[in-house]
Amino acid sequence: MAALRVESATVRFGDRTVLDDVDVGVEEQETVCVLGPSGSGKSTLLRAVAGLREPDSGRVLLDGADQRGVPVHRRGLGLMFQDHQLFPQRDVGGNVAFGLRMHGVSKQRAAARVAELLEMVGLPGAEHRAIASLSGGEQQRVALARALAPQPRLLMLDEPLGQLDRSLRERLALELQQLFAELGTTVLAVTHDQSEAFALADRVLVMREGRIAQSGTPLEVWQRPASAFVARFLGFDNVVRATVAEGVARTPWGPIALPGTPAGEGALLVRPTGVRLRAAGKLACRVRARTFRGDHVALLLAPERGPELQASCALREAPRPGEAVSVDLDPAEAVWLGADEELHPREGARWEDGDRREDGDRPDEGDRPGS
Amino acid sequence: MDKSAQVATARSAPPDTTRPDGLPGSPERGTPRRALRRTRRDLSVRLGLMALPVAFFGLFFGYPVATIVGRGLREDGRWQLARAAEVVTSPDTVQVLWFTLWQAAASTALTLAIALPGAYVFARFDFPGKRLLRAVVTVPFVLPTVVVGSAFLGLLGRGGLLDDHFGVRLDTGVWAILLAHVFFNYAVVVRTVGGLWGQLDPRQEEAARVLGASRFAAWRRVTLPALAPAVAAGALMVFLFTFTSFGVIQILGGARYATLEVEIYRQTAQLLDLPTAAVLSLLQFAAVGGLLAVHAWTVRRREGALRLVDERHAARRPSGAGQWALLASQLVVIAVLLVGPLLVLVERSLAAPGGYGLDFYRALNAPVDAASTFVVPPLAAVGNSLSYAAVATLIAVTVGTLAAAALTHRAGPLVRGFDALLMLPLGVSAVTVGFGFLITLDEPPLDLRASWILVPLAQALVGVPFVVRTMLPVLRAVDDRLREAAAVLGASPLRAWREVDFPLVRRAMLVAAGFAFAVSLGEFGATVFIARADEPTLPVAVERLLGRAGELNYGQAMALSTILMLVCAVTLLALERVRTNRSGEF
Amino acid sequence: MKRRTNAVALVTALGVVGLTACGSGGGESDAEKKDVTLVTHQSFEVSRDVLKEFERESGYRVKVLRAGDAGAAVNQAVLSKGRPQGDVFFGVDNAMLSKALDEGVFAPHKTKGLHKVPDELRLDAGQNRVTPIDTGDVCVNFDRSYFRDKDIEPPSTLDDLVKPEYKDLLVVQNAATSSPGLSFLLATVGKYGEDGWQSYWKKLRSNGVAMVDGWEQAYNDRFTGSASGREKGDRPLVVSYASSPPAEVHYSEGKAPKEGPTGVAEGTCFRQIEFAGLLEGAGNTEGGKALLDFLLTEEFQEDLPLNMFVRPVHEDAELPEVFTRYGVEIDEPHNVAPERIAENRDRWVKQWTSLLK
Repeated sequence: MAALRVESATVRFGDRTVLDDVDVGVEEQETVCVLGPSGSGKSTLLRAVAGLREPDSGRVLLDGADQRGVPVHRRGLGLMFQDHQLFPQRDVGGNVAFGLRMHGVSKQRAAARVAELLEMVGLPGAEHRAIASLSGGEQQRVALARALAPQPRLLMLDEPLGQLDRSLRERLALELQQLFAELGTTVLAVTHDQSEAFALADRVLVMREGRIAQSGTPLEVWQRPASAFVARFLGFDNVVRATVAEGVARTPWGPIALPGTPAGEGALLVRPTGVRLRAAGKLACRVRARTFRGDHVALLLAPERGPELQASCALREAPRPGEAVSVDLDPAEAVWLGADEELHPREGARWEDGDRREDGDRPDEGDRPGS
Repeated sequence: MDKSAQVATARSAPPDTTRPDGLPGSPERGTPRRALRRTRRDLSVRLGLMALPVAFFGLFFGYPVATIVGRGLREDGRWQLARAAEVVTSPDTVQVLWFTLWQAAASTALTLAIALPGAYVFARFDFPGKRLLRAVVTVPFVLPTVVVGSAFLGLLGRGGLLDDHFGVRLDTGVWAILLAHVFFNYAVVVRTVGGLWGQLDPRQEEAARVLGASRFAAWRRVTLPALAPAVAAGALMVFLFTFTSFGVIQILGGARYATLEVEIYRQTAQLLDLPTAAVLSLLQFAAVGGLLAVHAWTVRRREGALRLVDERHAARRPSGAGQWALLASQLVVIAVLLVGPLLVLVERSLAAPGGYGLDFYRALNAPVDAASTFVVPPLAAVGNSLSYAAVATLIAVTVGTLAAAALTHRAGPLVRGFDALLMLPLGVSAVTVGFGFLITLDEPPLDLRASWILVPLAQALVGVPFVVRTMLPVLRAVDDRLREAAAVLGASPLRAWREVDFPLVRRAMLVAAGFAFAVSLGEFGATVFIARADEPTLPVAVERLLGRAGELNYGQAMALSTILMLVCAVTLLALERVRTNRSGEF
Repeated sequence: MKRRTNAVALVTALGVVGLTACGSGGGESDAEKKDVTLVTHQSFEVSRDVLKEFERESGYRVKVLRAGDAGAAVNQAVLSKGRPQGDVFFGVDNAMLSKALDEGVFAPHKTKGLHKVPDELRLDAGQNRVTPIDTGDVCVNFDRSYFRDKDIEPPSTLDDLVKPEYKDLLVVQNAATSSPGLSFLLATVGKYGEDGWQSYWKKLRSNGVAMVDGWEQAYNDRFTGSASGREKGDRPLVVSYASSPPAEVHYSEGKAPKEGPTGVAEGTCFRQIEFAGLLEGAGNTEGGKALLDFLLTEEFQEDLPLNMFVRPVHEDAELPEVFTRYGVEIDEPHNVAPERIAENRDRWVKQWTSLLK
């Protein structure tokens, strides 16, 4: 039986549908990551599961039991908030022990469990530290320990690594994955950061405007984005309109062989790695810009025809901006994205501000009193 | 189940279901998004929280006041509209209304002019004895006017300090009234405006100065706009208090000046002309209602996002001649206008016939006619006062906390109306409430007319607005997701309130409780109009002593007043220790 | 943690004090003794042992409810007529009497001992709805030392007060809000009649009369004859009571002086007569009657002067020494009939107010 099933859940704020007939399932000990840009409804999904927001229609089942009418505090879930929401007036130990106290665990047992959890999240002996004295990463760990303490049947993470700097984020993602595997925790996480999602998840759901746009293992999603939206959201910008006939797609950049693809109009993705610099390529381009990415160089090319192209190449062969180059497009790195998608350039691109205005789960800043 | 079977699908058309509580608004435009998430359960919780406050105000305020006003407006079962119109249009009424309005406006302007620099001094300067001084300037606000009037006259009146040294007498004419209003309300402005001022980030002003603004321009362009709503809110509180001024006008205004409040008292208690009193009450009601609407509006604006810092970090020692001069001038104002009258009181309590001494204090304990019920042992009076105030505080804190909890989440006009209702008792005369009690609470099970509980009940009516106003800003500042975090971790709503809200508002609650306590300690009106068994409170005992000829009586009145003052000051000082960082509106 | 302890302590303290209040205030009647409730104004006082004696003899327990000044108390009784707060009301004076009687606040009872009360005080003799209990004369008081130092005779009549030698010497109270203020206005109405009192007040105003709101300000702050006003006061004449000079001596420290510091202008007085009556609809009529009878006993009557600084109505009641030695008996106070007062009071006060503006 699935640990969590969400069936046809719909949530509306006024006349805006934030969650639109969504189905989600999470198996025991599975980690599912919901990936989507801001406003796609992913935090609302967590809130609906937690009971903080009853869905307007549809059902939420935990271990097969319908949760309608079950108040938040009786659902036995863990939820790690985006900005932790640690209780400021309690110390670290008090925060971690909170859920245990709510469940009537004796003081001694709670203290032992708190020590164990703090050890586990890498903050041994931090019980008496004040919340205000913690760094962002430490707060994250305390929030995690607090959510794990009552051994929830489902742990939900809202942008679990959102506020941390990059190196910390990558390290923590690995640690979390190991921890969840060790503990056998069932996890539903939401994030706007695909690297975070791919690092954590057994399975990824991509959300768009309240609906599920794609579902699959990280590899599946990465390899075969289901739509232009997903492709762009994953950071692929080489998406163009194309017409397929007899196994060949006609694109502004020239024809690309796509054997077996049904005829019709639609969108086509060429991964940057599929844009190959050649001494005598079929498509002449000028280099607009280049960015070092550590182990490779990302190039922005202006082809003689068609929209701009992103390419990646090895460090040593990287051309300078302004140089003329020519490229071939590798059909093996091309993905037919299907026909049903409108093409909006740069739609759902990058959200460097950390997905702050998500789904109305931030307290209205205007609510804060002036004194 | 096969994982691929769980692939979520997106369908184009949303199913045709409607939200049960279909609240309007779009989360996109920064509308109160919380309100949108309210479910039915939240609504019922809110109604549950409001039940007790609503019942309390309905039973002990709305019902008595409506009944006494209604009795005035109806005769033989018919509405006496012609009579009402006659009263409204009579020159006497117009004159009283006019005086009430302009003296309130003038008092407010004068209070602001004098107290705003004070607010600045308390907010931005660090100086020794600041806490003590802040408590001292609040003492007048809670002292009974009978006592203060006498002390005030002693200072500014004939033979007072000003008269002796400068030949200036201010006890005649309207100046005495205005200055007394400043005396009483100085603390209101210092607390409302200073509370916010102290938390405004000084770096914003500094940023403006770096950008080339002069000190004044920086203040005018940066600080003033941020402060404006607080100033407006403070001004309206002062306006409200002076608009309904009673004791000050009676003592200092004589027959020449009467406010609506004085006139209502006279028509009700002295002449029992209920129709006139009812019409005047309605006039006052309308005016106060209008004021409260404006107040609510400014408070809402005031709660906009401001950059706030801990007050302790914003205050500095004054530097430069200008700042020292400002501090010194404010200290002089406080000394003359606020501390002076209080010291006069103390001085008089010590001015025994044979030179300074504790004779009057001793006389309190060993009175001339010990056998008479006239004599109230001071300890008994202090005890009575403390008991009444304690019960009133318990009621006010209970009702006020529930109301504040219910009002924490903003919502529609109904709830805002409830918010305003809580403030109304500040604008209704004690005599109206007292006489209303008399004709409504006269049947079992609510025949409370002879019960001691009526006094704390009436005092609590005045205390609740203070509690709500102090706690609400703090409660509203608590991030809703903290409560959600507690809920997810297994805390029921009640438990979540106790675990999350309570620790955060505990200090605000104590401050509110202290204020309610001090206010009911000094409260005189309701205490006097409500018949009660023989348990005089401090203000009542003072009044009794003042009302009888003889040196000992007068001296003892002064001694008891000093005791009352000390009790108030100690309460307020205790409060200073637990003052919240986030100050309320008082 | 320490903060929390403080908070808990404070809340606990509040609770304890509150409970104490409940305990002391909420004492319900022990079944054996029946309560009889006296409703009155703030100034009612009695010696505890006198009251105890009545309780012992009658078997009733007396509860005293005080509410506001005399005017407010009477009006509360009028408002709650038929469903009274207690059994007996004490403290309606001749200025308020008509209204109370017209409204039917009181039930008849011929109080024992009424025959010992002079006829002119028995204003409801026909029906006996109210019983006179005490009298108090509102008169102009003067500061003896002032007039001695200035070598002027103190005034003795209303006519004197408008004479040039008494210019700027008198302070009176607001007739609209103060009971002695109203009485003094009534004295002038009684003396000069409907046609003359306003011109008298005009003269008084030209002669520099000062007006303050209440008796407290007039007597304590302005009157040079009072102990508290000796240094700061500026008016050697004040409207007060005929009993103020004895009170001034009674409440001073040290040996009894030969003569009080203040005296009374005997021709300026208005007599307030205070009545008590059985409240219509009283819960304990028998107890009320007993209590009323008690109010006319010599014990209570002789206890009155030093408790409320009024004079007993009982012929045989003896006055305490401080009254006989430092007080005077006013033989011919000015009078206005209660019905006239009831009818014209509001108008007179309004006219008076506009005169003094």
